[in-house]
This record gives sequence, C-alpha cells and structure tokens, in this order.
Amino acid sequence: MQERIKPRWLVELVATWGYVQRNYYLTKRYFMWELVWLVYVTANAMTITFIGAGAQDVAGIQINTGRYMTYLLIGALIWSYLSMLFDVLSETVSWERWEGTIEYTFMSPTSRVTHLLGMGIYAVLYGIAQTAIMLGVISLFFELDLSHANYLGALVVLAICSVSLLGFGIVAAVLPLLSPEKGQQVSYIVSALLLLISGIYYPVKVLPEWMQFMAQFSPVTYALRGIRDALLNGASLRELWGSIWPLMVMGAVFVPLGLGVFHLGESYAKRTGKLKRSG
Amino acid sequence: MAHRLGEAGSEGAAVRQRESSAMNALELRGVEKSFKKRRSEVVRALDSVSFTVGRGEVVGILGPNGSGKSTLVRVISTLVVPDAGSVRVFGVDAIRHPKTVQRSMNRVSVEASFFKKLSAMENLLYGAKLYGVTTREAKPRIKEILDNIGFDRKRASEPMEHLSRGMQQKIALARALLTSPVLMLLDEPTTGLDPRSKRDVQAFIRRIKAAHDSSILLCTHDMDEAEELCDRVGIMVDGRILALEEPEKLKRRYARDGHVPSLEETFMAATGYTVEEASA
Ligand SMILES: Nc1ncnc2c1ncn2[C@@H]1O[C@H](COP(=O)(O)OP(=O)(O)OP(=O)(O)O)[C@@H](O)[C@H]1O
Ligand SMILES: [Mg+2]
Repeated sequence: MQERIKPRWLVELVATWGYVQRNYYLTKRYFMWELVWLVYVTANAMTITFIGAGAQDVAGIQINTGRYMTYLLIGALIWSYLSMLFDVLSETVSWERWEGTIEYTFMSPTSRVTHLLGMGIYAVLYGIAQTAIMLGVISLFFELDLSHANYLGALVVLAICSVSLLGFGIVAAVLPLLSPEKGQQVSYIVSALLLLISGIYYPVKVLPEWMQFMAQFSPVTYALRGIRDALLNGASLRELWGSIWPLMVMGAVFVPLGLGVFHLGESYAKRTGKLKRSG
Repeated sequence: MAHRLGEAGSEGAAVRQRESSAMNALELRGVEKSFKKRRSEVVRALDSVSFTVGRGEVVGILGPNGSGKSTLVRVISTLVVPDAGSVRVFGVDAIRHPKTVQRSMNRVSVEASFFKKLSAMENLLYGAKLYGVTTREAKPRIKEILDNIGFDRKRASEPMEHLSRGMQQKIALARALLTSPVLMLLDEPTTGLDPRSKRDVQAFIRRIKAAHDSSILLCTHDMDEAEELCDRVGIMVDGRILALEEPEKLKRRYARDGHVPSLEETFMAATGYTVEEASA
C-alpha cells in the first residue's frame, strides 16, 4: 500500500477515466448489439438519402438532386450523432438502476460532475466513431455535393452543439430519479419532439408557427442550420456566427442548469428513497 | 481531509491519526426515517435509532424482514437522507459532509450489484477508480485479496453472470476492501449462500477484522454469524433497536428461571418472531 496522498483533481481524473473505460468495456461486451445498431442507423440514413434520389420522379419537377440528397444525409448523420449524445446522458440513471449498480456509483466519493463528464466524453468518442463509419459506408453509395464544403466550420458548430446537447441530456437524466418509469418515458418524448421541430430533414420555416417558435429553443436547429451552411454553401466561420452564438449561449445555460437540476433531483431521491429500494 | 483525497489506504490512516482515540467509528443519534407508501400510508423504517460502533469493533444488527436494517445501512452510506437525527462517521457529520465520509467507508449488500456482462476484474478496476485508485495500484491488491478470499484468479476474467452467488459475493467483498475502508457496512453478506461459501465469507470477515483494523456494522438474519463475528449484537424490530450488548449479556437479559437462552431463543423472545419467519 502506498502512502502517497493524491491531490483531489487527480482522484477526479482517475474516476473520469474509470467511467469512460467502463463504458468501453460494456461496448466491447455488447459488440454484436453495437454492430446490429450500426447497421440499423446506417440503413436508416441511407433510406432517407434515397428519398432525395427519388424526389425528382415523385414530384415531377427539375431539382438539384445531388444537393437535396446531401441535405438529407447531413440531417440523418447529425441527428444520429446528437440524439445518441442525448440518449447516453439521459439514460445514465435508468441504465445503472437496471444493472443494479446505481447505489455503488452514488455512494462513491468522486463528484457527480465527474460522473456526468465521464459519460459525456464517452458519448462523444462513441458518436464520432459511429458517424465516421456511417459516413465511410454511405459515401460508397452516393455522389455527394460537397464541392464547396467548409469542413472546419462544420466541425466547430458540431463541437459547440455537442456541449449543449450533453447539457440537455443531463437535464433529462434527472427525470428517472424523480420517477423511475415515467422519467424514461418523458425523455423519449423530448427526443421525439427534438426530431420533429429542429428542421432535420426540412427547413424549419415549413412548420406551423408554434413549432417554429419551439424550434428556437432546440440546439439541434442551430447545429443543422450551421452545418448545412458550412457543408453545402461553404460558409466561413464569420458567416456561421449566427448559428454559433445561440449554441454557445445554450451550452452555457444547459450544462450548469443540468448539473443544478441533477443535484436537486439526487437530493430528492435520497430523501424519498427513490434511488433504489430492494435489499 | 475535506480538500485532499487520498489513496484509500493512507486516507484511512489519516482519519485514524487525526481523530482522537476516544472518537467512535460510527455514532447515530435519534435517527428517524419514514417512507410514503401509496396514498397517506407511511412506513416508519427507522424509529429514533441511536447507537455507536467503536474503532475496530464489529457490531451486529439482527432483525426480521422489513425491520429497517437495509434502511439503516443506506442512511449511513449517505444513500438515504434521514428525516431527523445525526450520523457521524469518525466524528464527521455524514449528512452535511457526505463526500468526506464516503471516502472512509464501503459496503457489501445482499445483491451483488455488478455490471453483469463485465468480468470480475473489470468490475473491480472500475469500482477502484471511483475512489481514485488507478489500475496499476489496484492490480496487485486485487491479486492479494482474491488469493486471500479463496477466489480462483483464472475466473476473474469471466463475465460476472457466469459466477455463482457465492463467488459474486466474494467479489463484492473484494470491491469494498479495495478502497481500504475504515468503516465497513455489511448488509446480509452471506444470505442465500451455501454453507461452504458462507463459511468462506465469514472467515474472510474475521480476517478483515483482525488485519485491517476496520470497524464493521453487520446486518444479518443469521444468529450464529452474529454471535461468532460480533463484539456486540443489537436486535432491531420495526425500526427500533431493542437492545445492543455483548451476545452473552444480551442472552442473560432474556434469561428466564435461571435458564440462559441461545441467541436464537433470545431473538424470538425479543421480537416475537421465529428465526424462520424472520428470514422468510
Ligand atoms: N426506498 C423505500 N421506499 C419505500 N419504502 C421503503 C424503502 N426502503 C424501505 N422501505 C420500507 O421500510 C421498511 C424497512 O425496510 P428495510 O429494507 O430497511 O428492511 P430490512 O430489515 O432490510 O428487511 P430485509 O431483511 O427484508 O432486507 C419496510 O417496510 C420497507 O418496505
Ligand atoms: Mg435488507
């Protein structure tokens, strides 16, 4: 046994790595399921892209098919990435409850921020890997219109948006603490609403007024607008600012809000015995 | 200690040094906890519970199902916040400074609570990291603990779900020990084990007691276990601790007509339950 005392930051760092590594181990163990899921989301993204390929025939008018397909594919890929971030974070609690490890996680001395940060880092790494594979596979099938793309700009928008989505996920993660079953149900609804209103496969302006109003509060809206501008029109970082600043504001609001709400939810669960009750 | 997290072992040493020797490992005063069940129905899980566990002492709590043993353990391990009363772990208020006390204790519960698909080794390494213990530091200790506990190390790379209950429970003990807790909370660690595994686990607890100088709170249905392992034994019924004494004194307290009962008879006299009913 070593008599060296570790500084607090180092202990938190070790724990962050612990969460990332644990999720990696789990991904490895559920490898077949991961593969099935990857096939599923890839096929889904391709299906949506094919809608663009058929649009000219179906509608009977001349359109720029390559551009439309690229538009749809960007939507499919970005949504699969961002919704995955949201899902991983929002299922943090319900999943550990299902495994039965939640009490051991919640009685460990490292901070909740470390816990959620570890989950977030893993989600981002996993999401990047998944999206890269999808993109690789799909680009074998389609002629995409990326001649003007500003890739750097798109990545900047995506990185900033990832932060606000993680914050969003943390807010949703607290729900299962308040009500074990209903919490999970609510986060599915939130996810479905984000899909509906954020202009993932169509411009937000085609939506009814009230949905357009809601779309303003979804980080996904700005992410897609910015990334499409960058990839389809080659918008520069300066031109992307209109999409970047709302994402920065949302990140700055949602992350602390999520952590604060989570803290309240955890206290509530500990007072009412909602964390777990068997044994 | 509030601002430095130690490698769990030295942390324990620090706690031991810092606190005066008179201080108890655990001190509960007037702890109350009620849970709401459905509408307007309230269960009093803990009813003004007060007791202490001294340093290096093993205190057992015997109680029938639903008497509040697990709730007691959860309150001490900061997973349930009591409605009233105070909990002190080595003098530190567990309700006000949960992070500080979490570092000095660990727990083993009835159900093993592991990631079922991960191997024992992966679960242990993960558990250690949550306390700031790196893989490099943990590996030799895991080896030592598993050898000590009689766990075949070759099986440490199998998924947890392939291991028997007894083996899982040994891993649960290893996980708790890995963070060198000065206070161990054991909630029915041998319930549901076959006699052989039960004896293995009990022997190991005895060894922890001898070697690690940690204080232990042991909740159990098993009279023999309580009598053998514990310095003092308490009987808990409906959230109240009826008596908490050395097993001998406890038995004498319930003696009738000069006949000193067994702990089992004492338990029945105190609770009005038979042992079978209590562990049903
Ligand atoms: N989280 C909770 N929510 C609601 N009621 C609870 C909760 N935890 C415990 N209870 C209730 O409090 C009482 C005490 O339960 P507890 O689990 O502490 O008993 P126990 O002595 O550990 O029993 P067992 O021997 O069966 O493990 C029971 O009536 C139980 O239903
Ligand atoms: Mg119990």
